[in-house]
Amino acid sequence: MAEYRLEMEDVSKSFPGVKALDGVHLKVRPGTVHALMGENGAGKSTLMKCLFGIYKMDTGAIRIDGEPTAIENPDDALHKGLAMVHQELQPIPDRTIAENMYLGRYPMKKIGPFGMVDHKTMNEEAEKWLKDVKMDFDPKSKLGTLSIGQMQSVEIAKAVSQNAKLVILDEPTSSLTDNEVEALFRIIRDLKSRGVSMIYISHKMAEIRQIADDITIMRDGTYVGSWEVKDISDDEIVRQMVGRELTNVYPPKGDYRTDEVVLEVNDLCSIHPRSFQHCSFKLRKGEILGFGGLVGAQRTEIMEAIFGMRGIASGQVLVKGRPVNIKRPADAIREGIGMITEDRRGTGILGCLSIADNVSISSLNHYLEGNVMLNHKKIEGLVQDNVGKLSIKTPSSRTLIQSLSGGNQQKVIIARWLANNPDVLIMDEPTRGIDVGAKYEIYQIMIELVRQGKSIIMISSEMPELLGMSNRVVVMCNGHVTGELEGEEATQERVMSYATQFEN
Amino acid sequence: MSKKMDWKQFLINYGIICVLGLLVIYTGIMRPKFFTLRNLQSIALNVAPRFIIAVGVSGCLITKGTDLSAGRMVGLAACISGTLLQKADYSGRFELTKNLPDFPAWWVFAVLIIVMLICAIFGLINGLVVSYLSVPAFIGTLGMQLMVYGICLVYTDATPIGGYRNDYTYVATGSFLKIPFLFWIALVVGLLMWFLYNMTPHGKYMYAIGGNEQAAEVSGVNVKRSKIIIYVMAAMLYALAGFLLGAKAGGTSVNMGNGYELEAIAACTIGGVSVNGGIGKVSGVLIGVMVFELLKSAMQFLGLETNYQYIVQGIVIIVSIALDIRKYIAKK
Repeated sequence: MAEYRLEMEDVSKSFPGVKALDGVHLKVRPGTVHALMGENGAGKSTLMKCLFGIYKMDTGAIRIDGEPTAIENPDDALHKGLAMVHQELQPIPDRTIAENMYLGRYPMKKIGPFGMVDHKTMNEEAEKWLKDVKMDFDPKSKLGTLSIGQMQSVEIAKAVSQNAKLVILDEPTSSLTDNEVEALFRIIRDLKSRGVSMIYISHKMAEIRQIADDITIMRDGTYVGSWEVKDISDDEIVRQMVGRELTNVYPPKGDYRTDEVVLEVNDLCSIHPRSFQHCSFKLRKGEILGFGGLVGAQRTEIMEAIFGMRGIASGQVLVKGRPVNIKRPADAIREGIGMITEDRRGTGILGCLSIADNVSISSLNHYLEGNVMLNHKKIEGLVQDNVGKLSIKTPSSRTLIQSLSGGNQQKVIIARWLANNPDVLIMDEPTRGIDVGAKYEIYQIMIELVRQGKSIIMISSEMPELLGMSNRVVVMCNGHVTGELEGEEATQERVMSYATQFEN
Repeated sequence: MSKKMDWKQFLINYGIICVLGLLVIYTGIMRPKFFTLRNLQSIALNVAPRFIIAVGVSGCLITKGTDLSAGRMVGLAACISGTLLQKADYSGRFELTKNLPDFPAWWVFAVLIIVMLICAIFGLINGLVVSYLSVPAFIGTLGMQLMVYGICLVYTDATPIGGYRNDYTYVATGSFLKIPFLFWIALVVGLLMWFLYNMTPHGKYMYAIGGNEQAAEVSGVNVKRSKIIIYVMAAMLYALAGFLLGAKAGGTSVNMGNGYELEAIAACTIGGVSVNGGIGKVSGVLIGVMVFELLKSAMQFLGLETNYQYIVQGIVIIVSIALDIRKYIAKK
């Protein structure tokens, strides 16, 4: 038997403008659980996509059981014994468990010249495999009647039924209850004892300790190292994940903070039990308040709730000391709050409209003549003013926004909010997908804004940006505020350890 | 390569107008009477009310909706107008309204306001259903189509209505500066809608909602209110068109307006209004309606039986929307 079930060696992958993976190694022993760890954007998903043939590697080799292998696509991966249990399951809840397990590969039988689905065989087989992972579900019941954890077990049973030798579990416990996690671990141990290998992607230290044998850490698309879990401490793991040199790509930030609290959030709870709960924080005038945490920490959700895009079950939001009741974004805008959303394409730009329309859309009421007619001259003035101030590179204000680069689109969205003259600007991942030059310009704009006495909340999943720009950092984990760090105390290690504080 | 792509793009954008244009020219050559002033005038008179309907539907389309109740609302408006505007001495007067006093000429205008208000109520329901209940516009307005037809049947008991007062039919036959009233009315509607679409926040919001509804909401646009305004206004335009069509025909029945919504949608897409939302101009709608009416007239001149005309119209509707969707796919 080969020493390793799977070997990925020296894998590199570039996308236009970024090197997503640079010489990454991953070696998984048979019958072990191998934890793959790294910050958001460290390249874990990209690596797995290369493994499954969704992305083509630029360089690198894959060996399965010592045999060099090329994997063309996910289907091919499946034939070669690799299966993935996705972070976001994509089941068909209204069909039966068995049908979900055999989707696309239904057992068939012949009735004369016609082929038809052999339901009897399918259900029997499904039942057998479910028993195999100690899940006694009726394969004929609808998948939708199961809990998320149980669906995940079904997904694993499916992988096992396809003779998978290596199963990838991508943050499998992110939406499970404690009991479900226990059940999942039982299945994982059982598979292990049968020689199945698993790659386990997770941020939760306690789980890694409990279930994983080996660990590989990645950082910024590079390979940091591999250890046996027993040989490495939690602190060391955190250090290895964040241990980068902080390069000085941020404009000098002044401290323009005053004592005035412009936004106060008290004990805010989402209507969804698994989203943010009991969150409180304060934002002061002239402050850049950073929000750190892992993907899924519910930072975006709480900001969208404050802005009226999501439901709030309880808690209070105060603007300049006055409780406000924000039901829709329009209410928030009236209270002097602006919001640059994370999903620029989905909730930011109005793609088929011009730059002028995109800039003016949320402040049109300021440019009315006789309460009816828009003064296009005034609007053009506003747009030109902003195009100049934010140095938006565009041939004309009539250009469609979708033809601009990401950085310029983002500046147009910033201009839209500046036109409203808000006191508080929430910026969710303001520099995502933007090139370095434009990033710097956006940082400069942010600093100029706080200098003028506005306040900014910035959600960022990029640690250097978070530390480089914020006067103060609030860290969230799993829907809770787990820490708050004043300027100088905020280090990568401390943010990361708060961000992985799942137990509370 | 790029040359080839350009051709493809050109055909997607203007293919249907080209084909229909060729058909019109062909008809003109084969049937010289097609291009007489008289015929063109009659086509133009058909364009006026159809344009009013189509411009109403265009607002719904631009916000990624649609309004399938348009035709039936036209019918209802025509029927209600007809029953309220019969000659006092007409023998076959409508049962419910036969004791109505013989009001002076202002009554014609009052009736127009009445039918517009009645249809506005149905438009309001459409708007509420689409925005507050989040029912897809296609289904919601299809339901309304049936309801309005039912109401029209109940009201008229399916009897044809005729014997209109002269001052009502004069709306269609009369003219000002040698140009028929119908033109003036369509012109005013067109200018008003152009102003609304281009010069007011409402218009900007409409395009924004069609372009990206969520982004519009985040930008503080009251999406629900905008949609309600659009559906109400559209319904009022259908009422106006129904009122005019009744006057033009000199009589009406429950079948008035049947299928006009699809013709309007087709005319809009031919004229560059995208069913994917966010794109469309009033001038484009006008062009679309003219092209569609020319097609209908050309088919008549070529002696195509009415039954076959339906088949051709159906094909044109599907092709025009299929081409429109191509534009969208190409953009991605």
